[in-house]
Amino acid sequence: MIIIANLILRLAFWLLLAPLLPGVINKVKAWVAGRRGPPVLQLYYDLAKLWRKGVVMSELASPGFIIGPAVAWVALLSSALLMPLGPAGSVLSFRGDVLLLIYLLALARFSIAWAAMETGSAFEGMGTAREVSYAVLGETAIITAVLALIVHSGSVSLITMLSPAAGAGVALLAAGLFIVLLAENCRVPFDDPNTHLELTMVHEVMILDHSGPPLAVILHGASIKLLLFTLLLVQVVLPVGEMSPFIATGVLAAGVLVVTVGVGLVESLLARLAFRRVPLLLTAAFLLCLFALLVVWKGRGQ
Amino acid sequence: MNETLNLVIGLSMGLNLVAVGSSRLPMLIRAMSLQGVVLGVIPLLLENAQFDWRVVGVALATMVVKGVVIPSLLRRAMRAANIDREIEPFIGFVPSLLLGAGGTIAAVALALNLPLLPEHAKTLLVPGSLASMLTGFILLIGRSKAISQVCGYLILENGIYLFGMLLIQSTPLLVESGILLDVTVGVFVIGIIVDRIQRAFDSLDTRKLTALRE
Repeated sequence: MIIIANLILRLAFWLLLAPLLPGVINKVKAWVAGRRGPPVLQLYYDLAKLWRKGVVMSELASPGFIIGPAVAWVALLSSALLMPLGPAGSVLSFRGDVLLLIYLLALARFSIAWAAMETGSAFEGMGTAREVSYAVLGETAIITAVLALIVHSGSVSLITMLSPAAGAGVALLAAGLFIVLLAENCRVPFDDPNTHLELTMVHEVMILDHSGPPLAVILHGASIKLLLFTLLLVQVVLPVGEMSPFIATGVLAAGVLVVTVGVGLVESLLARLAFRRVPLLLTAAFLLCLFALLVVWKGRGQ
Repeated sequence: MNETLNLVIGLSMGLNLVAVGSSRLPMLIRAMSLQGVVLGVIPLLLENAQFDWRVVGVALATMVVKGVVIPSLLRRAMRAANIDREIEPFIGFVPSLLLGAGGTIAAVALALNLPLLPEHAKTLLVPGSLASMLTGFILLIGRSKAISQVCGYLILENGIYLFGMLLIQSTPLLVESGILLDVTVGVFVIGIIVDRIQRAFDSLDTRKLTALRE
């Protein structure tokens, strides 16, 4: 009974709180630019609106056009359930769950890419190619970061990996993971979520042909992914798992807010990179994680 | 004390990678001069160094020359030549970044196997110096613009300076100041040469300097 209540509470947390983050980012951007900006709850309104609308299906598209977003959403939500929340732990924790988390994220990306290519539009193929080629480098960085955490804590399950205070090299790891967060969630130096010029879009062009509920599911999944990466970053830096539940809630909320405002500031102050410069930044993220791994390794040997 | 020293040398290793990965020359010059300033602090951090005027003198002279004089000379040469970025290097930016990182890791691994004195074995002095030298070589080999190659040479010199820190007690002040003077004069001369190359060839690409003409 307790397990079911726990599960429902967590689902409610992820489903209801996730769309808040893009709203906060947009508010920060508007504030820096001196505008009033859309309300923080804008994404909720958008999702409600999209959910009521009908779906326009291309005659060429197979059912994969609808199945893709659904699979991606379920994969993202299940990976969210694997992510521990401070001292509350996660619903499901076992040896090696971090690998499942990485694979679920990859599955979500694959399904979105699959759904994007269903309509046979040349633009969506282009966006997919870009997204997937960034992902190759981003995944290298995140796997290296996970390796650093595994070596540091000597464990391969997320809950024990994230609970001890990250030792030396945490600054490197945090910088690397922040760059990966920006890349994975299509934020500014890599992709501009506001652009609607076909030639420059990456993520936006992939979902161009989706409408109604499938689009709502994609947008909601993206916000879950953003919350997931933010929580991962906060828990890597701070030993939230060892705090008392009351303090941990406050620390988690404050940490998520700081990271989100940081994303908003980066988005306001930086221009997006030229495409040929993106691999350089992602390689830098990989190297930051690699050096964090080496620092941890060396620190453990002494 | 060792912790601070290692942090400072780690910072200089990071600046190596910034230098190797940046295509804009002002960024490259900034990374190089910041590394010079960071390394200038090291004589004050060494555990066995007495706090005497000689060490302070070396530190101050290094910081002023490498942080102010040389960068301003290079910036002037850059403005005179009217270029501000490296467009097509021999070794691309991602490969040279990976090479630099590989070199840094190799330097750390090599230093673990060297028979160092016990007081030096715990610090990053030797790996930091080897990493800077390797980065300097990568820039010297991999870049085509004369100014980037000069920056590579200066990073190489930073590495050698760091190696000299092992012997700071026994090197006379004359040697240190002589090296600094040489480097400054070298950069000064390069500044003039860059201007001449630019006038003669309308480009700073050293590839054009390989063939002899009548």
